[in-house]
Amino acid sequence: MKVMAQVAMVMNLDKCIGCHTCSVTCKQAWTNRPGTEYVWFNNVETRPGQGYPRTYEDQERWRGGWERTKRGRLRLKGGGRVRRLLSIFSNPKLPSLQDYYEPWTYDYDNLINAPLGDQMPVAQPRSLISGDPMKVEWSANWDDNLAGGPQLAVDDPVLKKVSDQVKLEFEQTFMFYLPRICEHCLNPSCVASCPSGAMYKRSEDGIVLVDQDACRGWRMCVTGCPYKKVYFNHRTGKAEKCTLCYPRIEVGLPTVCSETCVGRLRYLGLILYDADKVLEAAAVEDEKDLYQAQLDVLLDPNDEEVVEAARREGIAEDWISAAQRSPIHRLIKEYRVALPLHPEYRTMPMVWYIPPLSPVVDQVRDTGHDAEEAGNLFGAIDALRIPIEYLAELFTAGDTAPVDAVLRKLAAMRSYMRDVNLGRETRPEIPAGVGMTEESMHAMYRLLA
Amino acid sequence: MADTDDGTTPQLDGPIAELLLKTGRYFTPGEVSADLRTVHRRGGREGDVFYRDRWSHDKVVRSTHGVNCTGSCSWKVYVKDGIITWETQETDYPSVGPDRPEYEPRGCPRGAAFSWYTYSPTRVRYPYARGVLVEMYREAKARLGDPVEAWADIQADPERRRRYQRARGKGGLVRVNWDEAVEMIAAAHVHTIKAHGPDRVAGFSPIPAMSMVSHAAGARFIELIGGAMTSFYDWYADLPVASPQVFGDQTDVPESGDWWDASYLLMWGSNVPVTRTPDAHWMAEARYRGTKVVTVSPDYADNTKFADEWLPAQPGTDGALAMAMGHVILREFFVERHVPAFTDYVRTFTDLPFLVTLTERTDGYVPGKFVTAADLESYDGMEPGEGDEWKTVVLDEDTGDAVVPNGSLGFRHTGSGVGHWNLDLGGLRPRLSFHGDPASEGVTLLLPRFDDPEGPGVLRRGVPARKVSGRLVTTVFDLMLAQYGVGRDGLPGDWPTGYDDASQPYTPAWQEEITSVKAETVARIAHEFARNAEESGGRSMVIMGAGICQWFHGDATYRAILAMLMLTGCMGRNGGGWAHYVGQEKCRPFTGWATLAMGLDWSRPPRQMIGTAYWYTHTDQWRYDGYQADALASPLAEGHFSGMHTADVVAQSARMGWMPSYPQFDRNPMELVDEAEAAGADPKEYVAQQLRDGRLRYACEDPDAPENWPRVLTVWRANLLGSSSKGNEYFLRHLLGTDANLRAEETPEDRRPRDVVWREEAPEGKLDLVLSMDFRMTSTTLLSDVVLPAATWYEKHDLSSTDMHPYVHAFNPAIDPPWETRTDFDAFNAIARAFSRLSAKHLGVRKDLVATALQHDTPGEVAQPGGSVRDWRRDDVDPVPGKTMWGLAVVERDYAAISDKMASLGPLVDTLGLTTKAVTVKPDQEVADLAAQCGVMNTPGSPVDGRPALDTDVKMASAILALSGTTNGRLAVEGFRELERRVGRPLHHLAEGSEEKRISFADTQARPVPVITSAEWSGSETGGRRYAPFTVNVEEGKPWHTLTGRMHFFLDHDWMSDLGECLPVFRPPVDMTALFGESAVGEGDGTQITVRYLTPHSKWSIHSEYQDNLLMLSLSRGGPTLWMSPADAGRIGVRDNDWVEAVNRNGVVTCRATVSHRMPTGTAYMYHAQERTVDVPLTESTGTRGGIHNSLTRLLVKPTHLIGGYAQLSFGFNYLGPTGNQRDEVTVVRRRSQEVTY
Repeated sequence: MKVMAQVAMVMNLDKCIGCHTCSVTCKQAWTNRPGTEYVWFNNVETRPGQGYPRTYEDQERWRGGWERTKRGRLRLKGGGRVRRLLSIFSNPKLPSLQDYYEPWTYDYDNLINAPLGDQMPVAQPRSLISGDPMKVEWSANWDDNLAGGPQLAVDDPVLKKVSDQVKLEFEQTFMFYLPRICEHCLNPSCVASCPSGAMYKRSEDGIVLVDQDACRGWRMCVTGCPYKKVYFNHRTGKAEKCTLCYPRIEVGLPTVCSETCVGRLRYLGLILYDADKVLEAAAVEDEKDLYQAQLDVLLDPNDEEVVEAARREGIAEDWISAAQRSPIHRLIKEYRVALPLHPEYRTMPMVWYIPPLSPVVDQVRDTGHDAEEAGNLFGAIDALRIPIEYLAELFTAGDTAPVDAVLRKLAAMRSYMRDVNLGRETRPEIPAGVGMTEESMHAMYRLLA
Repeated sequence: MADTDDGTTPQLDGPIAELLLKTGRYFTPGEVSADLRTVHRRGGREGDVFYRDRWSHDKVVRSTHGVNCTGSCSWKVYVKDGIITWETQETDYPSVGPDRPEYEPRGCPRGAAFSWYTYSPTRVRYPYARGVLVEMYREAKARLGDPVEAWADIQADPERRRRYQRARGKGGLVRVNWDEAVEMIAAAHVHTIKAHGPDRVAGFSPIPAMSMVSHAAGARFIELIGGAMTSFYDWYADLPVASPQVFGDQTDVPESGDWWDASYLLMWGSNVPVTRTPDAHWMAEARYRGTKVVTVSPDYADNTKFADEWLPAQPGTDGALAMAMGHVILREFFVERHVPAFTDYVRTFTDLPFLVTLTERTDGYVPGKFVTAADLESYDGMEPGEGDEWKTVVLDEDTGDAVVPNGSLGFRHTGSGVGHWNLDLGGLRPRLSFHGDPASEGVTLLLPRFDDPEGPGVLRRGVPARKVSGRLVTTVFDLMLAQYGVGRDGLPGDWPTGYDDASQPYTPAWQEEITSVKAETVARIAHEFARNAEESGGRSMVIMGAGICQWFHGDATYRAILAMLMLTGCMGRNGGGWAHYVGQEKCRPFTGWATLAMGLDWSRPPRQMIGTAYWYTHTDQWRYDGYQADALASPLAEGHFSGMHTADVVAQSARMGWMPSYPQFDRNPMELVDEAEAAGADPKEYVAQQLRDGRLRYACEDPDAPENWPRVLTVWRANLLGSSSKGNEYFLRHLLGTDANLRAEETPEDRRPRDVVWREEAPEGKLDLVLSMDFRMTSTTLLSDVVLPAATWYEKHDLSSTDMHPYVHAFNPAIDPPWETRTDFDAFNAIARAFSRLSAKHLGVRKDLVATALQHDTPGEVAQPGGSVRDWRRDDVDPVPGKTMWGLAVVERDYAAISDKMASLGPLVDTLGLTTKAVTVKPDQEVADLAAQCGVMNTPGSPVDGRPALDTDVKMASAILALSGTTNGRLAVEGFRELERRVGRPLHHLAEGSEEKRISFADTQARPVPVITSAEWSGSETGGRRYAPFTVNVEEGKPWHTLTGRMHFFLDHDWMSDLGECLPVFRPPVDMTALFGESAVGEGDGTQITVRYLTPHSKWSIHSEYQDNLLMLSLSRGGPTLWMSPADAGRIGVRDNDWVEAVNRNGVVTCRATVSHRMPTGTAYMYHAQERTVDVPLTESTGTRGGIHNSLTRLLVKPTHLIGGYAQLSFGFNYLGPTGNQRDEVTVVRRRSQEVTY
């Protein structure tokens, strides 16, 4: 057992309002400078939707992450390392600027300095790349709130995976938001892709970084990352990515995106994992086993054996105790309501998500029943295949069972708490029905609300 | 677990790669993992330095963002090397208590993008002025040697005047220095006051709560010189007129933390995640507590994302939905079943048990007026007496006698009412209904209905009625059941047969045909809503917003929803009641702000104008009304609006003293005083006599006459011409006199005004000077003659508060105002100094005759009993100031002393005290403290000598805090003690213990500070509870500020009756086809289609602010767009992101289309306040610059909003006035040429 510590995050999508405050505070703090105009370390996607850069989840096209060979070995999907070294000067698997978006500004100056003319002055858009006037045709968040829905959302790679039935239902509208940062994976394919050894995972906290001095701008990391969360600074010629705000983390402050999240949906914390188990877990045969395998890599911080092993690795006492009090450990491992994003990429992502109950619940109206009643909600969760299958494609490689289990827990919590809210007798059978006790349900509620 | 084909441990790639990597790991600076997957590194990371450097900063300063955002979020502004770098939210709000979520981190993406403006290319860095005007001014001044004479010289020459007016908005701004800019501004003001009168000067700056000092600094200047501040809350149509109508309160709402207390939440026309971004988390969190969340919106709005149920009502039909829910609640909880909690509540806190006379018509009765003590021969064994016309009457359940309970308006302003203005019923049980009363008989009741598109009709229903003091009367409750169609045995009339009877209003099945929401769903939700209220003790809450408020009949819709809440006992409860969040009116330290902003410390009364009527009149939108004022009347109307144009209604309201109107008369008010004094007459009597004789006319009776134009307008903290100006193109043409895309036809001759003068030629260019202050370029700055460079919110001291949270906190300068920018405080003081200098020669000391409307919360509200129309010009009454017409006052203005007065706290604070909502406190101790803290003026011989200095923004902030009960515990306690004398019940305990608490400016700089419970508001924070409105009324028995002292379902004013709105009623959207000849929704020919045109609030801006911000533009679509449904887009061949043009009679908009299945067919959204400054090409229709979102709208004035002089229906600034509603509009949309030019 090699115990390592990882700062990880859980985002509760049920609470995300898609406001993009995280995107803006992150951008303002880190990437509002030449060369990174198009870069959003943190972005928020409306789902269904194409994402940023568009259709990044289509790994048949972009070849990010790992794949398991027939012989059971793990190989970068973009090609073995030798092949990648050989093709270092021609990397066709890079999204173009148009796949992100061509950043622009406006002739704002005209508003102040326009000479007397016939018309009211206006600021026309102008490319920040070419300097030429342009028509804005894509942005970091072009399909926000289902904008362009019928034309654009059909190209959502996740939507494409789910059945035709689901696509039809999609016309009836559902949406939710997916905020994304770098996953700071346990098995980072970007790091493995770098021919210069410029990328690394910090041993004490697992933050994945690009050494700005060592980076030679090969951009293999951009291809290697299936989440497309490594960016190329076209001014400096170096890769840049979300740093998990390490200058803040190091002094005890949360990441900017966490601190400024007005939906209060981000949970930041420490987990302990067994580094020796990572590769094995990432290489399980059936994609649908990856969620469980990833869970199994995470260690119980209260287990004496784990604590001893952690001490042996030089992990400080306050870190061990942080891991023991970690809210994310509870959400991921104890309550099992948080799920990894696209475990099938086999990178062992460390930003986890609580799937949204809401696009399920709002469909209950068609059944004409009270959504607070656990029975009705459970019925809805079973009956309404649309979001569940879609969510399963995001979080559990298509296996709907774990998503179903999470949604039931959330639904049960609401039912249980409604009795508390109205001063009625509580019903222990509600938590029991989802494998929880009244105490654990209350504790989970305290953590989520 | 491992499952490799050779049965060994899992491996990477192949053997060659591994060999390569194994070799490589010795050359790599980090530690390669044993399995070669990854590289770890510890320590010595030079490569990390970049981001550590990037993060490093020198200081963090607390500030926030001002104006028109309800958030009032406290922010950390980061500064490095004297440069503002970025901002993140503060996280130090005081806790709201255990076991609840906290307020932090309040913020949103717009606020997070604010610092972009600081150094942006759209930053106004220097003073600018219109080039042609500057040339004229310099030439005239060089010729005449005097700034005022120079300004007068330009204004006297129509050619030069029109030349610079026509150049407005077309570029050509040139840099000037502060001295010259300020001199021109001062000269324009002095000339206007001298030549036309101070009431020809106007100021516009909204929402003081969001930066009280910046607002007050300018308003104080305008008011001290005698100008008029125009209102904003009603003008924005954010004012729910239902609030004064029902509650007698401007608006008072729960803080968002109180959503957590609810157990049923209805979001109705309020897109919380977008418009209340910092508060939305409570919604998500409350759900985890088992609260059910239901949303009503026509589109799949952002908030449906976390709703349990979505009721997709057709736009503008929400009133029908609410009426049907009311029908269900009344039937199930008042008739079929008796819920004591509900009946006790409505008996005590609403007008339901009060008696209303029935007026006989040929085929039935109609509701008449409230029975008052004056109608009774005797009551409670007392002879009729003081205030009887304002004392409403109930019937004692036990004795059957008519009784006059405490608490009505007759107890509020009378000597005999002292100690009796309360809701204490003693042992009295008012009777709710006469049904089953042997003394009653069922009579046929006629009620108006408006649901038929073909036109209004009459419902025949029945009520039990009986005789009281010789009059046939019934109760409001019985009227309500009749109105809602809830039948009972033995009553005449036509009644629905059940919920599924679609033929009769207001059943669930009836509404389904209108709203398209399923009848069963409505019945179920209404039942759940009321049942939850019953079970939880009134914890059903409706969050309601602009989506329903900003319609022409938004007040009717609101009353139908409020009825649901009042019936179920939810008002005045934590976790229950209405939560109207549109605009944020809640300047918590209200009294201090109002005193300084209105200059009440130096002169009273101030001039305060209803914005909507001001712009309706002076932008000549009235000349384009296609209909007469009675077009929307009830079929049962008595004809009060017959033959009248809406401009006539505005004028009549002014004539009767109901609403203010400025300019006042067709003469300079200072000359009026001179004339009166020369004639040896009292100026008030002189004016009344002149009016009676027809020698003096109201300016609004001939608004197009040059002597009646407004002349100088100052706009700060606002973008009037790029954002709120409903009828933007009318503003451009008539008020400003520049090019406009207006296409409307003038009112045909047969529908023109009866009383108001119609001039053949409509004036273009009424304003001599348009002045704006801003830190960014907007339509307003582009159209201004002088633009002053303003400091941003990160460059000044100020105060912020909101209704959404209970704190007050500070703005602080992170940097000094850069370039030549100045704070609003400094700018106005500079203007005042120049003004005073020029005034010494040109104005001196003058007497100004100030006319004001009959005011709410003053004896003015009992000036005209009975709620009837008595127009001294038409009816048999005399113009008596303060009774049948405006109040008149003579105010002495020492114009040379204005700048000194601005910079000091005047003596009226000590002598007259501070009055808010009829509660007066004397802040003698506070004045002494302020003198000690701020220093005093040392100018012997001047009226300001020895007065506390207000010569810095911090001192002004300190004075605001010191003079308000919410921030000064001593005044809070004193206010309650004063109020309890009138009420006769203990109240001061609500603030007791806070006497020592004085919130200082330094406190607000350190951390957001919770406010103190004060009589300025209707709710209580005592003991750290969450704020909910009207808890003081419900818990302490303090009356509402209404006629009955209770919440009103019924309004008995003549005009309410004529418009058919005495009771809650469904009124559909205004028919633009019938009134203006626009084509009908859905009409089209393949190239164009007519759609409803709605302007909901945007995710990417706060009004027009941030819509030009590069960060917001990069996250959205980079410019203005129109959201359309795929079906509508398909019909005209529009694909997503195509250029389209929207055209109606009011103007033209060119923008791109956003096609989404989130949109309902038949409706297009152009999100609010998309301006013409960014990515707006020339239109195809007119070849000129495309318009703003409000280029397609115009003002429609609802006559009932002009009622005044009658109890809660009396004027108050931003309390009551016509709304600038804009949602009933339609437009044609077509795909335009995809080649655009700018």
